[in-house]
Amino acid sequence: MIKIRKLQKKFGHLTVFDDVDLTIDRHGMFTILGPNGSGKTTLIKSILGMVIPDGGSIQMNDNNIAGGWSYRNEISYMPQVARFPQNLRVVELIDMIKNFRQGATNDAALISTFGLQPFLDKKMGNLSGGTAQKVNIVLTFMFDSPLIILDEPTTGLDPVALLQFKKLIVEEKNKGKTILISTHIMSFVEEMADGIVFLLDGNIYFEGTVEQIKDQTGQENLESAIASILQ
Amino acid sequence: MLKILRYSFYDLMRGKWSYVYSLFYLLLGYTFLFLNNDLSKAIITFLNIIIVLTPLIGTIFGVMYYYNARDFTELLLAQPIRRTSIFLGQYLGVSLSLSLCLVLGLGIPFVIYGLFQSAEIFNFVSLLLTGTMLTFIFVALAYNIALSFEDKIKGFGFAILVWLFFAIIYDGLFLLSMVVFGDYPLDKFALGASIFNPIDLARILILLKLDISALLGYTGAIFQKFFGTNLGMLAAITILSAWVVLPVMRIIYKSNKQDF
Repeated sequence: MIKIRKLQKKFGHLTVFDDVDLTIDRHGMFTILGPNGSGKTTLIKSILGMVIPDGGSIQMNDNNIAGGWSYRNEISYMPQVARFPQNLRVVELIDMIKNFRQGATNDAALISTFGLQPFLDKKMGNLSGGTAQKVNIVLTFMFDSPLIILDEPTTGLDPVALLQFKKLIVEEKNKGKTILISTHIMSFVEEMADGIVFLLDGNIYFEGTVEQIKDQTGQENLESAIASILQ
Repeated sequence: MLKILRYSFYDLMRGKWSYVYSLFYLLLGYTFLFLNNDLSKAIITFLNIIIVLTPLIGTIFGVMYYYNARDFTELLLAQPIRRTSIFLGQYLGVSLSLSLCLVLGLGIPFVIYGLFQSAEIFNFVSLLLTGTMLTFIFVALAYNIALSFEDKIKGFGFAILVWLFFAIIYDGLFLLSMVVFGDYPLDKFALGASIFNPIDLARILILLKLDISALLGYTGAIFQKFFGTNLGMLAAITILSAWVVLPVMRIIYKSNKQDF
């Protein structure tokens, strides 16, 4: 599905990626881990074409994405911070995104799942962080895209919403989709992830499953496994 | 692109600033026409206001909209939409809404004061067209600047500086060079100098249209001498169009290379 070859990116003097190779061709949930500033968001944004690599190639379904735009029909993306046009009402925002994309949507079901009906006529700027994040989830999951990319999706969610959100991910996974998540919440990863990509110093330090990384580091749980790599 | 344009346009037209901007012109228009019931004199008065004000408002709104819409832009960048469509759509949305404010704000008082019964209608329309062109030029410049500066404050500061340069400093430098190099033939230099300042060019264009040689000034007089009135107007329009097209091309080029 996604093939990244020799990806290079520099921001000024800071090298974010130095020949990163990554292939994701299975279904399931894959997490991108790494310390702050290791390039998790940059990797995600490179796949989306928001960050333009200095070198290397990214292929999606065997097509190079450079300069393309229609391939994004196959991707649902949930940005890290739910920042939306502040003077749009929730319902207008949902309609707007629907207007920009083709395909069937199931926004009504998602709105009721996350209890957003009372907020539909509120302006985005007046919503709390958690509610805005729920709108963010609706916008991301309302399309039936084969690839779902989530950048720190659990920020600001209350326990009930978090539970709903996990259920949603399992549902999507069972539909045979590929889900790419960057997160810092290790319990979430241990519980849900089918694969881990660990970014460190501009490279992929580890690629495999949760069990493998625990074995490799000889640690009991993922949190201490990651900590032992970083020390 | 049209969808983005529509959203940006409505977004701005619903905002309070476009009301303030239109109301300002409306009030100004009424006041001048009330004080001086002569349309042609009012047009000349407005010429001087529009030439400074539309670039200022275009610059400020352009920069402000770009930075304010960053969230919106990032949302759109993740959707299956061309980058060019996003930025051109926003640019046209801002330019068109500002132009509409200008046309309505000035148009209404002039129409009420009998514009349609007067021979001044063509002069008035060319005044509005020039204001519209200046709006398009300076919003494009503002978008270029905003695209180049990640930092809001820097972008804003630089944009204001650019406006200040074209509206005031440019004339000062030009006058200074005339004083210093007064002994040399400066015709070609003055001609070149006017081409590189859209505000000066817009002023010349309207004055040529109004046929008021007394107000043309040095550059305007040379412009008229060199091109003649009709060709001069054509030349001014062409160069002003280039002032729109070139910055817009850079918006496309720059936005396609930018990281978000």
